[in-house]
Amino acid sequence: MPDIAVVDYGMGNLRSVAKALAHVAPGGTIEVTADAEVIRRSPRVVLPGQSAMPDCMRCLNESGLRDVVLEALRDRPFLGICLGLQMLFDDSEEGPTQCLGALPGGVVRFREAAMFDAEGGRLKVPHMGWSPVRQRRAHPLWHGIADETRFYFAHSYYPVPALPELTVATADYPTAFTCAIASANIFAVQFHPEKSHLAGLQLLSNFVTWDGRA
Amino acid sequence: MLAMGLAKRIIPCLDVAKGRVVKGIKFVNLRDAGDPVEVAQRYDQQGADELAFLDIQASVESRALLYDMVEAVADQVFIPLTVGGGVTHVDDIRALLTAGADKVSINTAGVNNPALIGEAARRYGAQCIVGAIDAKQAEPGRWQVYTHGGRTATGLDAVEWARRLVALGVGEILLTSMDRDGARSGFDLGLTRAIVDAVDVPVIASGGVGALRDLVDGILEGGADAVLAASIFHYGEFTIAEAKAAMAAAGIEIRPTP
Repeated sequence: MPDIAVVDYGMGNLRSVAKALAHVAPGGTIEVTADAEVIRRSPRVVLPGQSAMPDCMRCLNESGLRDVVLEALRDRPFLGICLGLQMLFDDSEEGPTQCLGALPGGVVRFREAAMFDAEGGRLKVPHMGWSPVRQRRAHPLWHGIADETRFYFAHSYYPVPALPELTVATADYPTAFTCAIASANIFAVQFHPEKSHLAGLQLLSNFVTWDGRA
Repeated sequence: MLAMGLAKRIIPCLDVAKGRVVKGIKFVNLRDAGDPVEVAQRYDQQGADELAFLDIQASVESRALLYDMVEAVADQVFIPLTVGGGVTHVDDIRALLTAGADKVSINTAGVNNPALIGEAARRYGAQCIVGAIDAKQAEPGRWQVYTHGGRTATGLDAVEWARRLVALGVGEILLTSMDRDGARSGFDLGLTRAIVDAVDVPVIASGGVGALRDLVDGILEGGADAVLAASIFHYGEFTIAEAKAAMAAAGIEIRPTP
């Protein structure tokens, strides 16, 4: 069995996630897999996602991997990235789409009418590029990462957790939105650690050695 | 300066043909500018915010080498990669994303078949579909869209086409001034401002950077969200860090170089 299973439900760019994990865990085995049994027996699971939510959820459901993802969410170090974070909540405005419902809350779109910065400049959607990530509470996955370090974002939707304690980081666009959540063995980020250069690799490195406790 | 917003991005662009980095003037007179992986690694280490690869040949032979090259680069650099050139079918987009591209830029095929843009955005998400526009001034204040690497005039107005691309679903626009490409006389700021004012998605300004001041002007005067340049970086004239220092000195929010 691999040390880390990257769930392949047929969407997006999984190669980058796997290569970045391999870069920070040179001795470990990382497998991009659509095999439910491999995922079931892997001690760590990563759920990436980088596309449109309706297709993403449809592919996950049709892949037959939905149950094993839900199982992994209950009991081992689990990392969700981008749509892999959004899918954890109840539903998304994109579509709209019913999501996994593992965490209470929804996913909403940036409101175009409110997209102005402090100087009145227009903010674009998608939110695309490097924004500072403000750490809202301590977590082992922030180890070695300074507060307000910039990470790479590329998204038009963001999560609104029903429980404020799920939020472990926010970013401003233009007002603060949740960009990282944690609950027991689950950690998930709206930004792309695999594309966030040294800070992103540090976060992935922290995940690789995380015991799954907050 | 208290920096809490989205950083303006610097994107070195690697024109590639048959898996090699090349640079020409106004799309012709190509010169070899190095091995793509070496060049990409150098920019990654210098703190580039993103990399763009454009396959300017897009022949069958060049295409196969492009996929290998994207894989090789994506395995070693951990910043976003935009890849374009010769994308004609939604399967080409999937192949590039699978090879490790984060965003795919579409130019000629989008003009010939606008439905491709919509299909691609629905399937892969707006954030990974970049609408590339090559534009040339037709008369003062008006620019025409060209395709096929600048060889074919389309009759389309650049501003109207930019709006159409966004309506079709692109998440970003890569805007190249053909008049300025390789000329090193600065971005076409009128063109940049016209497109930026017309659309709600991020705009990458491209074509014409010959000095660090040009990058600053593209953002402050052109209103671009990101600036793309090739020759000033390829031949070691300036580093990414020097470019960012110039931008920061002009009050532009940047991602600090590591």
